[in-house]
Amino acid sequence: MIDMPLLSVEGLSKSFGRQVACRDISFELWPGEVLGIVGESGSGKSTLLNCIAGRIAVDGGKILYRTAAGDIVDLATALESRKRHLMRTEWGFVQQHARDGLRMNFSAGANIGERLMALGRKHYGSLRDTALEWMAAVEMPGERIDDLPRSFSGGMQQRLQIARNLVTRPRIVLMDEPTGGLDVSVQARLLDLIRRLVQDYNVAAIVVTHDLGVARLLAHRLMVMRHGEVVETGLTDQLLDDPQHAYTQLLVSSVLSV
Amino acid sequence: MTIQQSYAATATVAGYNFAFLDEQTKRMIRRAILKAVAIPGYQVPFGSREMPLPYGWGTGGMQVTAAVIGKNDVLKVIDQGADDTTNAVSIRRFFTRMTGVATTEKTREATLIQTRHRVPEMPLTENQILVYQVPIPEPLRWLEPRESETRKMHALSEYGVMHVKLYEDISRHGHISTAYDYPVMVNGRYLMRCSPIPKFDTPKLHMNAALQLFGAGREKRIYAVPPYTEVKPLDFEDHPFQIERWPETCALCNAEDSFLDEVILDDRGGRMFVCSDTDYCSERQAAGHRGRMAAPYKEEAAQ
Repeated sequence: MIDMPLLSVEGLSKSFGRQVACRDISFELWPGEVLGIVGESGSGKSTLLNCIAGRIAVDGGKILYRTAAGDIVDLATALESRKRHLMRTEWGFVQQHARDGLRMNFSAGANIGERLMALGRKHYGSLRDTALEWMAAVEMPGERIDDLPRSFSGGMQQRLQIARNLVTRPRIVLMDEPTGGLDVSVQARLLDLIRRLVQDYNVAAIVVTHDLGVARLLAHRLMVMRHGEVVETGLTDQLLDDPQHAYTQLLVSSVLSV
Repeated sequence: MTIQQSYAATATVAGYNFAFLDEQTKRMIRRAILKAVAIPGYQVPFGSREMPLPYGWGTGGMQVTAAVIGKNDVLKVIDQGADDTTNAVSIRRFFTRMTGVATTEKTREATLIQTRHRVPEMPLTENQILVYQVPIPEPLRWLEPRESETRKMHALSEYGVMHVKLYEDISRHGHISTAYDYPVMVNGRYLMRCSPIPKFDTPKLHMNAALQLFGAGREKRIYAVPPYTEVKPLDFEDHPFQIERWPETCALCNAEDSFLDEVILDDRGGRMFVCSDTDYCSERQAAGHRGRMAAPYKEEAAQ
């Protein structure tokens, strides 16, 4: 089993009218691996992520996912019921803006418990215990369990979103600019946390980011996208230290160093 | 009830079809009702018509009533349990004028009962139909604003988020504070909003002998609970569903088992609790039950 990828994307394409967002993209994701997708704005990173998550219908290609039960599902053609079930059990999706991924009118505890309740957990006390455990895991003070997300800082909202996703122990977490919009020190702490969680719970992750620093810290492997195409892939350090493609070179050289 | 009788005596108003709606419209609504009965708890869209009173006053319930009413029916209309409130009186008058059918205030005599916000206290029978006026049929509406998404959630039975709301109730108030419009699962499949009845009435929907029809005019939806259908309120294992209790019994009929309205009597904390179901209360008083504030019983002068 271990010598099979968790997810393999084959020839994925998506266009919006005449605008091509993703052209013939193929890659594999292995258990416990963190794959970074980098590129400039409008290069199709987020579209790719949304296609994989089943939020946008793809035009062509296959998204083969190996489920926990061991069977292979093509998410591009799977029934919506199957996809949605996988999305809330074996997958997680961390949005760039926490307000898109959280229920802002419900307390932190309710946010963390939602997936569990959807799976049929109907014991208030145990839901609460689980919520407290996860708040501790993402370094949030437990006494804020009944507070609304809007009373939290941006960094805490993001951590809450991560806890809410990890509570069902997903096998893959998709993250769209997880540290975007946060200030640098909060970013560093969040990156630390994500790194630890990914390791502790052995989840595979696909992280979309335009920040090469984030990519360098989090990702084992990188994929560089431009105009809807993958221009270069490779191990993170290798790719960043020795970029081959002209665009990657441009990207790496345009990073400000302090 | 002289007004009622005078209308019943004269024939229906000339120029209008029986029960106001034209026959094609009634057939369309009946088809929706049949579908709703076939899929308990499922909201069936229908072409809601404009009625001669505003949305929110029971246009959905009236259209359902108009579609199922026959010449031999005996109609009862209640609003918050009472037969003599504005909404109930005007809807009853409307149907008296438009159909000429007999009306009643007695639950046991009625074959068709249109209700707003209450289920009669007296158990219903297989020969009765209960029509609810529904303002918002979608139980998930305040949790998910998109209609396309809520339909998908119903289709896939994704009802976890409803428990999130109950969780939130407990975390804020220590108990499930949803007091009316309590979410229920119908026949183990569809999540349903039982119109804004108090949760006291929710258990009455379960395995009820009568056919229960729900009409939402503005939202253009009809749904149904057929006779003897399982209706289960959502709850938590450690916070089970409970109905309201009152510190006192009915001040007029001394009932312990009915839904009581609190009436403020003065500005020094004086209050009384009375049955919201007026027919149930007067029937008990006629049978000799006396509450602590009941007037000495005399023959019903109004009749």
